[in-house]
Amino acid sequence: MRIPILKLKRYLLISVQVDLDDQTALQFQEDLLNKIHQEGSAGVVIDLTSVDMIDSFIAKVLGDVVEMSNLMGAKVVLTGIQPGVAITLIDMGIMLEEVPTALDLEQGLDKLQQELEA
Amino acid sequence: MSVQSNVEVHSEWGIVSARQAGRNLAKELGFAGVDQARITTAISELARNIYLYAEKGEIVLEGIEGKEAGGVKRGLKIVAKDQGPGIKSIREVMEDGYTTSGGLGAGLPGVKRLMDEFDIDSITGEGTEITTIKWLR
Repeated sequence: MRIPILKLKRYLLISVQVDLDDQTALQFQEDLLNKIHQEGSAGVVIDLTSVDMIDSFIAKVLGDVVEMSNLMGAKVVLTGIQPGVAITLIDMGIMLEEVPTALDLEQGLDKLQQELEA
Repeated sequence: MSVQSNVEVHSEWGIVSARQAGRNLAKELGFAGVDQARITTAISELARNIYLYAEKGEIVLEGIEGKEAGGVKRGLKIVAKDQGPGIKSIREVMEDGYTTSGGLGAGLPGVKRLMDEFDIDSITGEGTEITTIKWLR
């Protein structure tokens, strides 16, 4: 299973709509970095509105992909984290520190714009 | 009450099947959204541990009843069992940040915090059985 990555001008947009298994998550990590490289993208929004569970493994993959993208020079914003997911992550003691987040896709794009202009 | 399901875990797909079964049962028992997320996440961590450390095992999910002051409470019980190498030091695995797999080390202590009751039974060289319960509020 592959998660589609859409290009919008200098940005890449991803809406995760599947129940993430480990392989899909790792494949996505690789696909996203390749796409950033290929398109020379400045920013990425990963929308998690449809994701109803993030366990420690998926959290690590997401945190890593943000750092890896930063290394390549692209900013990543995570959007749409559901209340249950936020509560569960904090219960588990997983802090996605230094990961920019926004309520939804629109605010995520605004945030990217601000960060890139700053 | 006899709602019970067993999910074999011997591949990454087993992890996904176990958490889907858990979500369905949690919904059926009347757990709210946030607790459904807690239960599903706990199952995912336990199933991943089986796959990572024991290669195969099973997750048993069951709707249960318990006594409480003034009546009966309902809950969901998760039993994760394997015949893997066992856990050498339970104290260490229950520490936040302890990992032997390069993960976040949030797994077992995380599960304990997500659920209401938590118990590990492990014998080195024979296997591990973890039982954990979430009560319906």
